[in-house]
Amino acid sequence: MAIIEIKNLHANVEGNEILKGIDLTVNAGETHAIMGPNGSGKSTLASVLAGREEYEITEGQILYNGKDLLEMDPDVRACEGIFLAFQYPVEIPGVNNSYFLRTAVNAIRKHHGEDEIDPGEFLSLREKMKLVHMDDRFLSRSINEGFSGGEKKRNEIFQMLVLDPTLAVLDETDSGLDIDALKIVAEGVNEFRRDPSKAAIVVTHYQRLLNYIVPDFVHVLVDGKIVQSGGKELALELESKGYGWIEREPASVSA
Amino acid sequence: MTTDTMMLEDLARKEYKYGWSTEIESDTVPPGLNEEVIRLISDKKEEPRWLLEWRLKAYRHWLTMEEPKWQNVHYPPIDFQAVSYYSAPKQKGERPKSMDEVDPKLLETYEKLGIPLKEREVLAGVVAVDAVFDSVSVGTTFKETLAEKGIVFCSFSEAVKEHPDLVKKYLGSVVPYTDNFYATLNSAVFSDGSFCYIPKGVKCPMELSTYFRINEASTGQFERTLLVADEGASVSYLEGCTAPMRDTNQLHAAVVEIVALDNAQVKYSTVQNWFPGDEEGKGGIYNFVTKRGKCAGKNSKISWTQVETGSAITWKYPSCILLGDNSVGEFYSVAMTNNYQQADTGTKMIHIGKNTKSTIVSKGISAGKSQNTYRGLVKIGKNATGSRNYSQCDSMLIGDKCGAHTFPYLEVNNTTSQVEHEASTSKIGEDQIFYCNQRGIETEDAVSMIVNGFCKEVFRELPMEFAVEAQKLLDVSLEGSVG
Repeated sequence: MAIIEIKNLHANVEGNEILKGIDLTVNAGETHAIMGPNGSGKSTLASVLAGREEYEITEGQILYNGKDLLEMDPDVRACEGIFLAFQYPVEIPGVNNSYFLRTAVNAIRKHHGEDEIDPGEFLSLREKMKLVHMDDRFLSRSINEGFSGGEKKRNEIFQMLVLDPTLAVLDETDSGLDIDALKIVAEGVNEFRRDPSKAAIVVTHYQRLLNYIVPDFVHVLVDGKIVQSGGKELALELESKGYGWIEREPASVSA
Repeated sequence: MTTDTMMLEDLARKEYKYGWSTEIESDTVPPGLNEEVIRLISDKKEEPRWLLEWRLKAYRHWLTMEEPKWQNVHYPPIDFQAVSYYSAPKQKGERPKSMDEVDPKLLETYEKLGIPLKEREVLAGVVAVDAVFDSVSVGTTFKETLAEKGIVFCSFSEAVKEHPDLVKKYLGSVVPYTDNFYATLNSAVFSDGSFCYIPKGVKCPMELSTYFRINEASTGQFERTLLVADEGASVSYLEGCTAPMRDTNQLHAAVVEIVALDNAQVKYSTVQNWFPGDEEGKGGIYNFVTKRGKCAGKNSKISWTQVETGSAITWKYPSCILLGDNSVGEFYSVAMTNNYQQADTGTKMIHIGKNTKSTIVSKGISAGKSQNTYRGLVKIGKNATGSRNYSQCDSMLIGDKCGAHTFPYLEVNNTTSQVEHEASTSKIGEDQIFYCNQRGIETEDAVSMIVNGFCKEVFRELPMEFAVEAQKLLDVSLEGSVG
C-alpha cells in the first residue's frame, strides 16, 4: 500500500525553482534513499514533505495515505504520522526534553481523539532512549541546548521512536556523526523499520549511512529531478564513481 | 511576512479578561489638584497633623518639579488637573469591622477576579490578602492569625491610626518625598495601600498579598505600600493588579518602600496586569511606579520578582540599596509588551556596604508594535569593597514591528569588586516554531512553550501558586501577539 505518492512536484524558494518535477512512491515496509550532490534539492524535498513555509509548491501533488498532504498544516502532518529528523535540530532554551516530548505525544493523541498519556505510560516510552544510548539526564536538559552534534541526532531518533510515526524522513542524519554515533542512530532507525506498516525516506549525501540502514531503493536527485533509480547497489556505484558520473550520463538507467 | 509571523501576531491579539467594571456608588472628589484637595483627602482619612504636613511639603515640592522626559516612552502630556485624586466605595455608616460587613458587591468583584476575600474560602492559610479598590483598602484577611505572631498587616490608613510610630519612623525613609516627580506626587495625594511589619525573629507563616483594582473611570490610583522586616524576620509578599477597560488613559503612580533590618529577608513578587489599552493603543494604564528596598541591616536580603504584562506604559525600576554589610539584592523580571504597549523598566542596585551582592535577571518579550526597554544601574560605592554584581538581560522579539532596547549603566568605584553583564537579543525563531510544529505541537502552544522556556529563570523565583498564574497570564498576553 502506498504511504506517500509524490507526483510531478515542483517547488520554489524565493522565486528559484529547486524541485523540477519529482515523482516518487513509497509503500509500507519500504525504505527509500535519496542521494545527490549538494544543492540538488534533497533537503528541500524533506522540508516540503514536512510542510516548511519557505517553499512554494508551484505544481504537482502529494498524497499521503490517500489524502492531499499539501492541504495540511505542518503540525497536522506530524499528528498524521510524518516525522522529520532534522539536519540541524534547533535549540529551545528553558524547555526541557521531557516536557517537550510529553507535549508532543499529547498533541498527537489529542489529534486522534485520545486522552493524555498517563505518567506511567510515558515513563515506559522514555525507556526507548536506551535504544539510542542516551541516559536520563538528557530528559531534564533543555532541548538540544549544549548538545554535541551526535547527541542532537540521537535525540532526533529518540523522539522518532517515542512519537512512532508512519513515515520517517531523515534529512542528512549522518552528517557530522562519527562511526560509533552513526551505528547507534542506524540501530534506532532499523528498530523503527522492523514494523512492516512503516516507511522511511533517507536523505543522504554519502553512501556510508546506507551500509547500516540498508535501503530497498536508491534515487539520485540532480538539479531538482530524480535522474536515476535503482536498488541498494546503485549507492555503491555512486560511491565509487562520484556524482559526476550520473551528471554526465543522465537517466541512462531506471529501476 | 510569513504565515507563522501572522499567526504569531494573531496570537498576541488576545482580549483583556478583567475589563469589566463594578457598578458601585462611590465617594469621589472632583478632578483637580491643589492644597484643598490634599487637606480633603487627609481629612477624609482622619489623619494626624504630621501626615498632612508631610503631604503638603511633598505637594509644594512637586510644584517645583518637572515631569521626567528621559525614559524611552512616548505619550501625550498628562493633565494633572483632570485627574480625580480620591475615590472610595460609598459606605453606609461605619467602616466595616470584619469581612462580613464588607459590601457584597465588592466581595463579588474580587471573587470574579479570582481573589476570594472571605477567609474560610481561602485555601487553608496559604495567602493573606489586603484588597485595595480604587483608593481604599476594602478588607484584609487573616488579620487575627497574623496578629498572634505580632505581624501587622493592614491597610495603610489603619496603620496610620493603629501604629503611628512605626509609620512615622519608616514612611519616606527609603523613597523620600523629594525623590522623583511621581513619587512626590504620590506622597502628596496617596490614598491608601498596604502596611506590613514583621517583628524581630518572626518568619511570616503565609504569603502576604495585596490586590489592587482601579474601578472608577477618571481616578488615578496612588497607593503606598510600606513593608518593614525587623531583625531576623522574613516574609514573602505578592501584589496583583487589574483595571477595567476604558478608552482613556488612567494614571497609576504608586510607591513601595521596603526596609530590611539585620538578617531580615523580604521577597516581593508582582504580577502586574493593568489594562494595557486596546489593540489600536487606545486607553490603558500609565504605570509610573517607584519601588525601592533598603537593606539597612547586615546580612539582609531583598528580592524583587516581577511579571509585567499589563499597562499601556510601564515605567518602574524596583531597586535595592545595599547599605548593610553582606546584604543581598535581587531583581528577576519578565516584561511582556504587545500591541502598542511601552515598557521602560529595570532596576538599580546601589552597593554601599562591604561584600554586598546583587543579581539581575531581566527577560523582555516584545510583540506587536510594542517597545520594550531594559534600563538598569549598578553602582558600587568606594567603600563597598568585595562586592559583586551579576546581570543578565535577555530580549525576545516576536514579529518584526516591535523593538527591544537595553541600557545598562555600570559604575564601580573600587578595585576589589566584580561586575558581570551578559545580554542577548533573540527573535523567536520560525525554526523553533517549525520544529515544534513538526512534532505535532500547534503554533500557539509552541510559542507559549518557547516564551515560557525563555522566562524560566524568573518564574522559578515566584512562589509556586503565582508561578502558575504568571504563566497563564503570559499565555493570555501572547494570544494574538505571537510575533
